[in-house]
Amino acid sequence: MKKDNNVSLARAKARSTARAATVFLIPALLLIAIFIVYPVIDTFVISEYKWNGISADRIFIGMDNWRALIHDAMFWESFKHNLIVMVFSILLQIPLGMLLATFLDAGGKKFNIFKIIWFLPYLMSSVAIAFLFVYALATNGGIISSLATIIQGKRTTVDLLGTAPNALYTVIGVMAWQFTPFYMVYFIAGYGNIDTSVYEAAIIDGATRWQYIKHIAIPLLGPIFKTACTMSLIGSLKYFDMIWNMTQGGPAGSTELMATYMYKLSFQQFNMGYGSTVAAGMFILITAIALIFNKLFKVKEDY
Amino acid sequence: MAKDNTKETDYRKSKIKSIIAWTIAIIFACVQLVLTLTPFFFMIINSFRKQFDMLQQGVFHLPDPWFTENYVTVVTHDFFGYFFRSVIVVSISLVLMLIISSFAAYPLARMKFKLNPFIYAAIVAMMSVPMHVTLIPIFKMTTMIGFNDTLKSLIGPYVAFALPMSVFILTAFMKTIPKEIEESAEIDGCNKYKNFFLMILPLSKSGLSTLAIYNGVGMWNEFAFANTLILSPEKKTLPLALGQFKGEHSLNIPINMAVLTLSVLPMIILFIIFQDKLVKGMMAGAVKG
Repeated sequence: MKKDNNVSLARAKARSTARAATVFLIPALLLIAIFIVYPVIDTFVISEYKWNGISADRIFIGMDNWRALIHDAMFWESFKHNLIVMVFSILLQIPLGMLLATFLDAGGKKFNIFKIIWFLPYLMSSVAIAFLFVYALATNGGIISSLATIIQGKRTTVDLLGTAPNALYTVIGVMAWQFTPFYMVYFIAGYGNIDTSVYEAAIIDGATRWQYIKHIAIPLLGPIFKTACTMSLIGSLKYFDMIWNMTQGGPAGSTELMATYMYKLSFQQFNMGYGSTVAAGMFILITAIALIFNKLFKVKEDY
Repeated sequence: MAKDNTKETDYRKSKIKSIIAWTIAIIFACVQLVLTLTPFFFMIINSFRKQFDMLQQGVFHLPDPWFTENYVTVVTHDFFGYFFRSVIVVSISLVLMLIISSFAAYPLARMKFKLNPFIYAAIVAMMSVPMHVTLIPIFKMTTMIGFNDTLKSLIGPYVAFALPMSVFILTAFMKTIPKEIEESAEIDGCNKYKNFFLMILPLSKSGLSTLAIYNGVGMWNEFAFANTLILSPEKKTLPLALGQFKGEHSLNIPINMAVLTLSVLPMIILFIIFQDKLVKGMMAGAVKG
Protein backbone atom coordinates (compact mmCIF):
# COMPACT_ATOMS: atom_id res chain seq x y z
CA MET A 1 0.00 0.00 0.00
CA LYS A 2 2.74 2.35 1.03
CA LYS A 3 4.83 1.36 -1.98
CA ASP A 4 1.89 2.01 -4.26
CA ASN A 5 1.55 5.48 -2.87
CA ASN A 6 5.22 6.15 -3.56
CA VAL A 7 4.94 5.02 -7.14
CA SER A 8 1.94 7.18 -7.89
CA LEU A 9 3.59 10.10 -6.13
CA ALA A 10 6.70 9.72 -8.26
CA ARG A 11 4.52 9.43 -11.33
CA ALA A 12 2.57 12.54 -10.40
CA LYS A 13 5.82 14.38 -9.88
CA ALA A 14 7.17 13.25 -13.24
CA ARG A 15 3.92 14.32 -14.87
CA SER A 16 4.03 17.78 -13.31
CA THR A 17 7.67 18.13 -14.35
CA ALA A 18 6.79 17.15 -17.90
CA ARG A 19 3.93 19.63 -17.90
CA ALA A 20 6.16 22.46 -16.62
CA ALA A 21 8.89 21.59 -19.12
CA THR A 22 6.37 21.71 -21.96
CA VAL A 23 5.04 25.09 -20.90
CA PHE A 24 8.55 26.55 -20.70
CA LEU A 25 9.76 25.04 -23.95
CA ILE A 26 6.76 25.74 -26.19
CA PRO A 27 7.51 29.37 -27.17
CA ALA A 28 11.09 28.61 -28.24
CA LEU A 29 10.19 25.42 -30.09
CA LEU A 30 7.30 27.15 -31.84
CA LEU A 31 9.46 30.03 -33.07
CA ILE A 32 12.24 27.73 -34.21
CA ALA A 33 9.71 25.55 -36.02
CA ILE A 34 8.08 28.52 -37.77
CA PHE A 35 11.16 30.52 -38.69
CA ILE A 36 13.88 27.90 -39.13
CA VAL A 37 12.62 24.33 -39.59
CA TYR A 38 9.59 25.04 -41.75
CA PRO A 39 11.43 27.50 -44.05
CA VAL A 40 14.24 25.00 -44.66
CA ILE A 41 11.69 22.34 -45.66
CA ASP A 42 9.75 24.88 -47.72
CA THR A 43 12.94 25.85 -49.58
CA PHE A 44 13.19 22.26 -50.78
CA VAL A 45 9.49 22.29 -51.74
CA ILE A 46 9.70 25.57 -53.70
CA SER A 47 12.82 24.24 -55.44
CA GLU A 48 10.55 21.91 -57.43
CA TYR A 49 8.49 24.75 -58.87
CA LYS A 50 8.79 27.43 -61.49
CA TRP A 51 7.63 30.48 -59.55
CA ASN A 52 8.26 34.22 -59.70
CA GLY A 53 7.54 34.77 -56.02
CA ILE A 54 4.56 37.03 -56.54
CA SER A 55 1.85 35.42 -58.65
CA ALA A 56 -0.33 32.72 -57.13
CA ASP A 57 0.23 30.20 -59.88
CA ARG A 58 3.39 28.23 -59.66
CA ILE A 59 4.16 25.34 -61.93
CA PHE A 60 5.41 22.04 -60.58
CA ILE A 61 8.43 20.99 -62.61
CA GLY A 62 9.82 18.25 -60.38
CA MET A 63 13.56 17.83 -60.51
CA ASP A 64 14.11 20.15 -63.50
CA ASN A 65 15.60 22.91 -61.35
CA TRP A 66 17.93 20.43 -59.70
CA ARG A 67 19.08 19.11 -63.05
CA ALA A 68 19.74 22.71 -64.12
CA LEU A 69 21.67 23.37 -60.89
CA ILE A 70 24.01 20.46 -61.47
CA HIS A 71 24.89 21.89 -64.89
CA ASP A 72 24.90 25.52 -63.76
CA ALA A 73 28.49 26.73 -64.27
CA MET A 74 27.76 29.98 -62.40
CA PHE A 75 26.66 28.08 -59.30
CA TRP A 76 29.79 25.94 -59.20
CA GLU A 77 31.91 28.99 -59.95
CA SER A 78 30.41 30.77 -56.93
CA PHE A 79 30.90 27.63 -54.84
CA LYS A 80 34.56 27.70 -55.88
CA HIS A 81 34.76 31.34 -54.74
CA ASN A 82 33.21 30.32 -51.43
CA LEU A 83 35.88 27.65 -51.03
CA ILE A 84 38.67 30.16 -51.78
CA VAL A 85 37.17 32.59 -49.26
CA MET A 86 36.91 29.75 -46.74
CA VAL A 87 40.53 28.67 -47.07
CA PHE A 88 41.87 32.21 -46.82
CA SER A 89 39.56 33.10 -43.94
CA ILE A 90 40.83 30.17 -41.92
CA LEU A 91 44.45 30.86 -42.87
CA LEU A 92 44.32 34.61 -42.22
CA GLN A 93 41.78 35.43 -39.55
CA ILE A 94 42.35 32.65 -37.06
CA PRO A 95 46.19 32.74 -36.83
CA LEU A 96 46.16 36.54 -36.78
CA GLY A 97 43.43 36.64 -34.13
CA MET A 98 45.40 34.13 -32.10
CA LEU A 99 48.64 36.18 -32.40
CA LEU A 100 46.87 39.35 -31.25
CA ALA A 101 45.29 37.51 -28.33
CA THR A 102 48.65 36.03 -27.36
CA PHE A 103 50.18 39.50 -27.39
CA LEU A 104 47.37 40.86 -25.21
CA ASP A 105 47.56 37.90 -22.85
CA ALA A 106 51.31 38.37 -22.41
CA GLY A 107 50.99 42.12 -21.96
CA GLY A 108 48.15 42.13 -19.45
CA LYS A 109 46.05 45.11 -18.47
CA LYS A 110 48.47 47.76 -19.74
CA PHE A 111 47.74 46.73 -23.34
CA ASN A 112 44.01 47.33 -22.95
CA ILE A 113 44.13 50.23 -25.39
CA PHE A 114 45.41 47.87 -28.11
CA LYS A 115 42.48 45.56 -27.42
CA ILE A 116 39.92 48.36 -27.71
CA ILE A 117 41.34 49.70 -30.96
CA TRP A 118 41.90 46.29 -32.55
CA PHE A 119 38.32 45.36 -31.79
CA LEU A 120 36.76 48.41 -33.51
CA PRO A 121 36.26 46.88 -37.01
CA TYR A 122 34.02 44.16 -35.61
CA LEU A 123 31.60 46.79 -34.28
CA MET A 124 30.90 48.12 -37.76
CA SER A 125 28.08 46.50 -39.67
CA SER A 126 29.03 44.57 -42.80
CA VAL A 127 27.09 47.13 -44.82
CA ALA A 128 29.05 50.03 -43.36
CA ILE A 129 32.33 48.22 -43.94
CA ALA A 130 31.33 47.51 -47.54
CA PHE A 131 30.56 51.17 -48.28
CA LEU A 132 33.61 52.43 -46.40
CA PHE A 133 35.92 50.21 -48.44
CA VAL A 134 34.19 50.95 -51.73
CA TYR A 135 35.33 54.53 -51.19
CA ALA A 136 38.58 53.77 -49.37
CA LEU A 137 39.75 51.47 -52.18
CA ALA A 138 38.40 53.57 -55.04
CA THR A 139 40.79 54.48 -57.84
CA ASN A 140 39.83 58.10 -57.35
CA GLY A 141 40.55 59.40 -53.85
CA GLY A 142 41.00 55.99 -52.26
CA ILE A 143 43.63 55.19 -49.66
CA ILE A 144 45.76 52.80 -51.72
CA SER A 145 45.64 54.86 -54.91
CA SER A 146 46.51 58.03 -53.00
CA LEU A 147 49.42 56.27 -51.29
CA ALA A 148 50.66 54.96 -54.64
CA THR A 149 50.40 58.46 -56.08
CA ILE A 150 52.49 59.87 -53.23
CA ILE A 151 55.11 57.11 -53.53
CA GLN A 152 55.34 57.26 -57.33
CA GLY A 153 55.27 61.03 -57.39
CA LYS A 154 52.73 60.99 -60.18
CA ARG A 155 49.06 60.12 -60.44
CA THR A 156 48.75 56.38 -60.07
CA THR A 157 45.62 54.29 -59.78
CA VAL A 158 45.46 50.89 -58.18
CA ASP A 159 42.21 49.20 -59.13
CA LEU A 160 41.54 46.68 -56.41
CA LEU A 161 37.80 46.14 -56.72
CA GLY A 162 37.25 46.77 -60.41
CA THR A 163 39.27 44.02 -62.05
CA ALA A 164 38.55 40.32 -61.98
CA PRO A 165 41.40 38.53 -60.23
CA ASN A 166 42.05 41.36 -57.76
CA ALA A 167 38.51 41.81 -56.54
CA LEU A 168 38.10 38.44 -54.81
CA TYR A 169 41.39 38.78 -52.92
CA THR A 170 40.58 42.37 -51.98
CA VAL A 171 37.28 41.19 -50.55
CA ILE A 172 39.12 38.47 -48.63
CA GLY A 173 41.43 41.13 -47.19
CA VAL A 174 38.50 43.28 -46.11
CA MET A 175 36.87 40.23 -44.52
CA ALA A 176 40.08 39.62 -42.57
CA TRP A 177 39.95 43.25 -41.42
CA GLN A 178 36.39 42.70 -40.23
CA PHE A 179 36.62 39.28 -38.57
CA THR A 180 40.13 39.05 -37.11
CA PRO A 181 38.96 41.04 -34.05
CA PHE A 182 36.22 38.47 -33.48
CA TYR A 183 38.70 35.61 -33.31
CA MET A 184 41.01 37.77 -31.23
CA VAL A 185 38.36 38.17 -28.53
CA TYR A 186 37.52 34.50 -28.87
CA PHE A 187 41.11 33.53 -28.12
CA ILE A 188 41.35 36.13 -25.33
CA ALA A 189 38.39 34.34 -23.80
CA GLY A 190 40.20 31.05 -24.35
CA TYR A 191 43.32 32.29 -22.58
CA GLY A 192 41.07 33.61 -19.82
CA ASN A 193 39.68 30.12 -19.31
CA ILE A 194 43.14 28.71 -18.60
CA ASP A 195 43.64 28.71 -14.86
CA THR A 196 46.33 31.22 -13.79
CA SER A 197 47.84 28.52 -11.56
CA VAL A 198 48.79 26.63 -14.74
CA TYR A 199 50.92 29.57 -15.87
CA GLU A 200 52.40 30.07 -12.41
CA ALA A 201 53.31 26.40 -12.13
CA ALA A 202 55.01 26.49 -15.55
CA ILE A 203 57.03 29.59 -14.63
CA ILE A 204 58.06 28.10 -11.29
CA ASP A 205 59.23 25.00 -13.15
CA GLY A 206 61.52 27.28 -15.17
CA ALA A 207 59.56 27.59 -18.41
CA THR A 208 59.93 30.78 -20.42
CA ARG A 209 56.82 32.54 -21.64
CA TRP A 210 57.43 31.25 -25.15
CA GLN A 211 57.70 27.68 -23.89
CA TYR A 212 54.53 28.18 -21.88
CA ILE A 213 52.67 29.41 -24.98
CA LYS A 214 54.03 26.69 -27.23
CA HIS A 215 53.78 23.66 -24.99
CA ILE A 216 50.98 24.49 -22.58
CA ALA A 217 48.67 27.27 -23.79
CA ILE A 218 48.30 26.25 -27.44
CA PRO A 219 47.51 22.59 -26.69
CA LEU A 220 45.01 23.76 -24.08
CA LEU A 221 43.45 26.07 -26.66
CA GLY A 222 43.10 23.17 -29.12
CA PRO A 223 39.35 22.67 -28.79
CA ILE A 224 38.73 26.42 -29.10
CA PHE A 225 40.89 26.44 -32.20
CA LYS A 226 38.71 23.78 -33.80
CA THR A 227 35.49 25.56 -32.90
CA ALA A 228 36.90 28.76 -34.38
CA CYS A 229 37.69 26.88 -37.60
CA THR A 230 34.17 25.45 -37.74
CA MET A 231 32.68 28.92 -37.26
CA SER A 232 34.94 30.42 -39.90
CA LEU A 233 34.11 27.58 -42.27
CA ILE A 234 30.34 27.92 -41.95
CA GLY A 235 30.61 31.71 -41.94
CA SER A 236 32.55 31.85 -45.20
CA LEU A 237 30.24 29.39 -46.95
CA LYS A 238 27.16 31.49 -46.20
CA TYR A 239 28.86 34.88 -46.56
CA PHE A 240 26.61 37.55 -48.02
CA ASP A 241 26.14 41.04 -46.53
CA MET A 242 29.46 42.68 -47.28
CA ILE A 243 29.98 41.28 -50.78
CA TRP A 244 26.42 42.18 -51.72
CA ASN A 245 27.01 45.80 -50.76
CA MET A 246 30.55 46.05 -52.06
CA THR A 247 30.61 44.30 -55.45
CA GLN A 248 27.19 42.61 -55.92
CA GLY A 249 29.23 39.64 -57.12
CA GLY A 250 31.01 41.65 -59.81
CA PRO A 251 33.08 42.49 -61.76
CA ALA A 252 31.92 39.85 -64.24
CA GLY A 253 30.87 37.44 -61.49
CA SER A 254 34.40 37.23 -60.09
CA THR A 255 33.22 37.72 -56.49
CA GLU A 256 29.90 35.89 -56.87
CA LEU A 257 29.19 33.64 -53.88
CA MET A 258 26.42 31.08 -53.46
CA ALA A 259 24.39 33.46 -51.27
CA THR A 260 24.73 36.47 -53.58
CA TYR A 261 23.83 34.28 -56.56
CA MET A 262 20.77 33.00 -54.73
CA TYR A 263 19.76 36.54 -53.75
CA LYS A 264 20.20 37.87 -57.27
CA LEU A 265 18.10 35.08 -58.77
CA SER A 266 15.35 35.40 -56.19
CA PHE A 267 15.02 39.07 -55.40
CA GLN A 268 16.32 40.78 -58.54
CA GLN A 269 15.27 38.40 -61.31
CA PHE A 270 12.30 37.03 -59.33
CA ASN A 271 13.12 33.49 -60.26
CA MET A 272 12.28 32.18 -56.81
CA GLY A 273 11.84 28.58 -57.84
CA TYR A 274 15.39 28.28 -59.08
CA GLY A 275 16.61 30.65 -56.33
CA SER A 276 15.26 28.15 -53.81
CA THR A 277 17.10 25.36 -55.58
CA VAL A 278 20.33 27.31 -55.18
CA ALA A 279 19.50 27.97 -51.51
CA ALA A 280 18.76 24.29 -50.94
CA GLY A 281 21.96 23.30 -52.73
CA MET A 282 23.82 25.73 -50.51
CA PHE A 283 22.24 24.13 -47.44
CA ILE A 284 23.29 20.65 -48.57
CA LEU A 285 26.87 21.72 -49.37
CA ILE A 286 27.34 23.65 -46.10
CA THR A 287 25.96 20.81 -44.00
CA ALA A 288 28.09 18.25 -45.84
CA ILE A 289 31.31 20.26 -45.51
CA ALA A 290 30.67 20.98 -41.83
CA LEU A 291 30.02 17.29 -41.17
CA ILE A 292 33.13 16.20 -43.06
CA PHE A 293 35.23 18.74 -41.16
CA ASN A 294 33.83 17.55 -37.84
CA LYS A 295 34.56 13.92 -38.77
CA LEU A 296 38.11 14.72 -39.91
CA PHE A 297 39.04 16.78 -36.90
CA LYS A 298 36.71 15.15 -34.40
CA VAL A 299 35.40 18.42 -32.98
CA LYS A 300 34.19 17.52 -29.57
CA GLU A 301 30.80 19.05 -28.84
CA ASP A 302 29.57 18.73 -25.29
CA TYR A 303 25.87 18.41 -25.84
CA MET B 1 82.64 30.07 -10.37
CA ALA B 2 82.56 28.70 -13.92
CA LYS B 3 79.05 27.51 -13.29
CA ASP B 4 78.05 30.96 -12.14
CA ASN B 5 79.42 32.43 -15.36
CA THR B 6 77.39 30.19 -17.64
CA LYS B 7 74.36 30.97 -15.56
CA GLU B 8 74.96 34.66 -16.06
CA THR B 9 75.47 34.37 -19.84
CA ASP B 10 72.38 32.18 -20.01
CA TYR B 11 70.48 34.82 -18.16
CA ARG B 12 71.83 37.56 -20.39
CA LYS B 13 71.03 35.52 -23.50
CA SER B 14 67.44 34.97 -22.47
CA LYS B 15 67.17 38.63 -21.54
CA ILE B 16 68.34 39.67 -25.02
CA LYS B 17 66.05 37.10 -26.60
CA SER B 18 63.10 38.46 -24.69
CA ILE B 19 63.94 42.03 -25.68
CA ILE B 20 64.11 41.02 -29.33
CA ALA B 21 60.86 39.09 -29.05
CA TRP B 22 59.10 42.03 -27.48
CA THR B 23 60.45 44.45 -30.08
CA ILE B 24 59.10 42.28 -32.89
CA ALA B 25 55.82 41.92 -31.05
CA ILE B 26 55.46 45.68 -30.53
CA ILE B 27 56.26 46.41 -34.19
CA PHE B 28 53.70 43.84 -35.24
CA ALA B 29 51.19 45.37 -32.83
CA CYS B 30 51.76 48.84 -34.23
CA VAL B 31 51.38 47.64 -37.83
CA GLN B 32 48.08 46.07 -36.85
CA LEU B 33 47.11 49.32 -35.16
CA VAL B 34 47.78 51.29 -38.33
CA LEU B 35 45.92 48.77 -40.49
CA THR B 36 42.94 48.92 -38.17
CA LEU B 37 42.83 52.67 -37.79
CA THR B 38 43.57 53.91 -41.31
CA PRO B 39 40.07 53.21 -42.69
CA PHE B 40 38.51 54.85 -39.62
CA PHE B 41 40.80 57.83 -40.00
CA PHE B 42 39.89 58.05 -43.70
CA MET B 43 36.19 57.90 -42.80
CA ILE B 44 36.29 60.55 -40.08
CA ILE B 45 38.51 63.19 -41.67
CA ASN B 46 36.76 62.96 -45.01
CA SER B 47 33.36 63.34 -43.37
CA PHE B 48 34.44 66.90 -42.48
CA ARG B 49 35.16 68.00 -46.05
CA LYS B 50 33.17 69.69 -48.76
CA GLN B 51 32.29 67.40 -51.64
CA PHE B 52 35.02 68.59 -54.02
CA ASP B 53 37.69 69.36 -51.42
CA MET B 54 38.43 65.68 -51.02
CA LEU B 55 40.32 65.29 -54.27
CA GLN B 56 41.85 68.75 -54.23
CA GLN B 57 43.18 68.59 -50.67
CA GLY B 58 44.28 64.95 -50.82
CA VAL B 59 42.61 62.34 -48.64
CA PHE B 60 45.26 62.27 -45.91
CA HIS B 61 45.37 66.00 -45.19
CA LEU B 62 43.32 67.35 -42.37
CA PRO B 63 40.26 69.16 -43.68
CA ASP B 64 40.65 72.88 -44.12
CA PRO B 65 38.28 74.28 -43.02
CA TRP B 66 36.48 71.63 -40.92
CA PHE B 67 33.12 71.41 -42.65
CA THR B 68 30.29 70.22 -40.39
CA GLU B 69 27.45 70.78 -42.84
CA ASN B 70 27.54 67.10 -43.92
CA TYR B 71 26.37 66.03 -40.49
CA VAL B 72 23.56 68.58 -40.59
CA THR B 73 22.46 67.19 -43.96
CA VAL B 74 22.52 63.63 -42.64
CA VAL B 75 20.59 64.46 -39.49
CA THR B 76 17.93 66.45 -41.38
CA HIS B 77 17.46 63.58 -43.84
CA ASP B 78 15.69 61.37 -41.31
CA PHE B 79 18.83 59.84 -39.82
CA PHE B 80 17.18 59.65 -36.42
CA GLY B 81 14.14 58.02 -38.01
CA TYR B 82 16.31 55.12 -39.18
CA PHE B 83 18.08 55.16 -35.85
CA PHE B 84 14.92 54.92 -33.73
CA ARG B 85 13.36 52.27 -35.94
CA SER B 86 16.48 50.19 -35.35
CA VAL B 87 16.28 50.88 -31.62
CA ILE B 88 12.63 49.76 -31.54
CA VAL B 89 13.12 46.56 -33.53
CA VAL B 90 16.29 45.58 -31.68
CA SER B 91 14.91 46.25 -28.20
CA ILE B 92 11.62 44.40 -28.78
CA SER B 93 13.45 41.46 -30.37
CA LEU B 94 16.03 41.36 -27.60
CA VAL B 95 13.50 41.39 -24.76
CA LEU B 96 11.41 38.65 -26.39
CA MET B 97 14.49 36.62 -27.21
CA LEU B 98 15.83 36.83 -23.65
CA ILE B 99 12.48 35.83 -22.09
CA ILE B 100 11.89 32.95 -24.49
CA SER B 101 15.44 31.60 -24.36
CA SER B 102 15.56 31.66 -20.56
CA PHE B 103 12.16 29.90 -20.52
CA ALA B 104 13.60 27.19 -22.74
CA ALA B 105 16.93 26.92 -20.96
CA TYR B 106 15.34 26.39 -17.53
CA PRO B 107 13.81 22.94 -18.10
CA LEU B 108 16.75 21.87 -20.26
CA ALA B 109 19.23 22.75 -17.52
CA ARG B 110 17.32 21.74 -14.40
CA MET B 111 14.56 19.22 -15.08
CA LYS B 112 14.72 15.53 -15.77
CA PHE B 113 12.38 14.33 -18.50
CA LYS B 114 12.71 11.77 -21.23
CA LEU B 115 12.95 14.10 -24.24
CA ASN B 116 15.40 16.53 -22.62
CA PRO B 117 18.64 15.45 -24.39
CA PHE B 118 16.81 15.09 -27.68
CA ILE B 119 15.22 18.57 -27.58
CA TYR B 120 18.49 20.12 -26.46
CA ALA B 121 20.43 18.52 -29.31
CA ALA B 122 17.77 19.58 -31.82
CA ILE B 123 17.88 23.23 -30.67
CA VAL B 124 21.68 23.32 -30.67
CA ALA B 125 21.81 21.79 -34.15
CA MET B 126 19.79 24.78 -35.40
CA MET B 127 22.84 26.99 -34.75
CA SER B 128 24.42 25.95 -38.01
CA VAL B 129 21.41 26.57 -40.29
CA PRO B 130 22.36 29.50 -42.57
CA MET B 131 19.64 32.15 -42.46
CA HIS B 132 19.94 32.76 -46.20
CA VAL B 133 18.38 29.37 -46.86
CA THR B 134 15.22 30.58 -45.12
CA LEU B 135 14.95 33.96 -46.87
CA ILE B 136 12.58 32.97 -49.67
CA PRO B 137 10.10 31.00 -47.52
CA ILE B 138 10.11 33.73 -44.84
CA PHE B 139 9.54 36.36 -47.52
CA LYS B 140 6.67 34.24 -48.85
CA MET B 141 5.24 33.75 -45.36
CA THR B 142 5.34 37.46 -44.43
CA THR B 143 3.70 38.43 -47.71
CA MET B 144 1.01 35.80 -47.19
CA ILE B 145 -0.02 37.09 -43.76
CA GLY B 146 0.25 40.71 -44.91
CA PHE B 147 3.24 41.56 -42.71
CA ASN B 148 5.47 42.53 -45.62
CA ASP B 149 7.02 45.98 -45.46
CA THR B 150 6.41 46.32 -41.71
CA LEU B 151 8.91 46.53 -38.89
CA LYS B 152 7.14 43.73 -37.02
CA SER B 153 8.03 41.28 -39.79
CA LEU B 154 11.67 41.47 -38.66
CA ILE B 155 11.01 40.52 -35.04
CA GLY B 156 10.12 36.86 -35.64
CA PRO B 157 13.24 35.99 -37.66
CA TYR B 158 15.52 38.02 -35.38
CA VAL B 159 14.26 36.27 -32.26
CA ALA B 160 14.20 32.81 -33.83
CA PHE B 161 17.73 32.97 -35.22
CA ALA B 162 19.17 34.25 -31.94
CA LEU B 163 17.46 31.49 -29.93
CA PRO B 164 19.64 28.39 -30.54
CA MET B 165 22.90 30.04 -29.48
CA SER B 166 21.22 31.78 -26.53
CA VAL B 167 19.49 28.63 -25.27
CA PHE B 168 22.82 26.83 -25.58
CA ILE B 169 24.69 29.42 -23.51
CA LEU B 170 21.93 29.94 -20.94
CA THR B 171 21.51 26.19 -20.39
CA ALA B 172 25.21 25.91 -19.63
CA PHE B 173 24.90 28.95 -17.36
CA MET B 174 21.86 27.67 -15.44
CA LYS B 175 23.54 24.30 -14.86
CA THR B 176 26.14 26.09 -12.74
CA ILE B 177 23.53 27.36 -10.27
CA PRO B 178 23.63 25.04 -7.21
CA LYS B 179 20.80 22.50 -6.98
CA GLU B 180 20.26 23.22 -3.26
CA ILE B 181 18.80 26.64 -3.98
CA GLU B 182 15.87 25.11 -5.80
CA GLU B 183 15.47 22.21 -3.39
CA SER B 184 15.18 24.48 -0.38
CA ALA B 185 12.72 26.66 -2.25
CA GLU B 186 10.66 23.60 -3.11
CA ILE B 187 10.49 22.63 0.55
CA ASP B 188 9.25 26.13 1.25
CA GLY B 189 6.40 25.41 -1.15
CA CYS B 190 7.64 26.98 -4.36
CA ASN B 191 6.50 25.25 -7.54
CA LYS B 192 8.54 25.11 -10.75
CA TYR B 193 7.11 28.38 -12.05
CA LYS B 194 7.77 30.36 -8.87
CA ASN B 195 11.21 28.81 -8.72
CA PHE B 196 12.01 30.09 -12.16
CA PHE B 197 10.83 33.64 -11.63
CA LEU B 198 12.04 34.06 -8.04
CA MET B 199 15.30 32.08 -8.06
CA ILE B 200 16.72 31.07 -11.42
CA LEU B 201 15.89 34.15 -13.47
CA PRO B 202 17.44 36.66 -11.04
CA LEU B 203 20.52 34.46 -10.69
CA SER B 204 20.93 34.31 -14.49
CA LYS B 205 21.11 38.08 -14.81
CA SER B 206 24.78 38.23 -15.76
CA GLY B 207 24.34 35.51 -18.40
CA LEU B 208 21.36 37.40 -19.81
CA SER B 209 23.21 40.69 -20.04
CA THR B 210 26.13 39.19 -21.95
CA LEU B 211 23.64 37.58 -24.35
CA ALA B 212 21.86 40.90 -24.76
CA ILE B 213 25.07 42.62 -25.80
CA TYR B 214 26.25 39.82 -28.05
CA ASN B 215 22.94 39.49 -29.91
CA GLY B 216 22.24 43.21 -29.77
CA VAL B 217 25.27 43.94 -31.94
CA GLY B 218 24.17 41.28 -34.42
CA MET B 219 20.58 42.52 -34.66
CA TRP B 220 21.64 46.17 -34.86
CA ASN B 221 23.79 45.38 -37.90
CA GLU B 222 21.44 42.85 -39.55
CA PHE B 223 21.06 43.42 -43.28
CA ALA B 224 19.70 40.47 -45.28
CA PHE B 225 16.27 40.10 -43.63
CA ALA B 226 15.79 43.88 -43.39
CA ASN B 227 16.70 44.35 -47.04
CA THR B 228 14.34 41.60 -48.15
CA LEU B 229 11.33 42.27 -45.95
CA ILE B 230 11.29 46.09 -45.88
CA LEU B 231 10.93 48.20 -48.99
CA SER B 232 9.57 51.66 -48.09
CA PRO B 233 12.32 54.16 -47.19
CA GLU B 234 10.26 55.49 -44.27
CA LYS B 235 10.29 52.03 -42.66
CA LYS B 236 13.93 51.12 -43.20
CA THR B 237 16.36 50.38 -40.37
CA LEU B 238 19.82 51.84 -39.89
CA PRO B 239 21.88 49.35 -41.96
CA LEU B 240 19.58 50.14 -44.90
CA ALA B 241 19.94 53.88 -44.34
CA LEU B 242 23.51 53.63 -45.55
CA GLY B 243 22.39 52.30 -48.92
CA GLN B 244 19.62 54.89 -49.06
CA PHE B 245 22.08 57.75 -48.58
CA LYS B 246 24.55 56.19 -50.99
CA GLY B 247 21.80 55.98 -53.59
CA GLU B 248 20.83 59.62 -53.17
CA HIS B 249 24.33 61.11 -52.87
CA SER B 250 26.51 58.56 -54.64
CA LEU B 251 29.01 61.19 -55.79
CA ASN B 252 29.17 63.06 -52.51
CA ILE B 253 31.70 60.91 -50.67
CA PRO B 254 31.98 63.15 -47.56
CA ILE B 255 28.23 62.85 -46.85
CA ASN B 256 28.50 59.07 -47.07
CA MET B 257 31.43 59.15 -44.66
CA ALA B 258 29.36 61.23 -42.24
CA VAL B 259 26.51 58.66 -42.32
CA LEU B 260 28.98 55.85 -41.71
CA THR B 261 30.59 57.70 -38.81
CA LEU B 262 27.24 58.41 -37.18
CA SER B 263 26.11 54.81 -37.60
CA VAL B 264 29.17 53.27 -35.90
CA LEU B 265 29.37 55.80 -33.10
CA PRO B 266 26.70 54.26 -30.81
CA MET B 267 28.32 50.82 -31.09
CA ILE B 268 31.75 52.20 -30.22
CA ILE B 269 30.40 54.04 -27.18
CA LEU B 270 28.52 50.95 -26.00
CA PHE B 271 31.62 48.80 -26.51
CA ILE B 272 33.82 51.10 -24.46
CA ILE B 273 31.27 50.96 -21.63
CA PHE B 274 30.51 47.24 -21.79
CA GLN B 275 33.69 45.69 -23.20
CA ASP B 276 34.20 43.26 -20.33
CA LYS B 277 30.65 41.99 -20.70
CA LEU B 278 31.18 41.37 -24.39
CA VAL B 279 34.35 39.41 -23.81
CA LYS B 280 32.53 37.37 -21.17
CA GLY B 281 29.71 36.71 -23.61
CA MET B 282 32.12 35.37 -26.14
CA MET B 283 33.85 33.40 -23.42
CA ALA B 284 30.55 31.68 -22.70
CA GLY B 285 30.42 30.80 -26.38
CA ALA B 286 34.02 29.66 -26.35
CA VAL B 287 33.33 27.16 -23.56
CA LYS B 288 31.50 25.26 -26.26
CA GLY B 289 34.83 24.02 -27.58
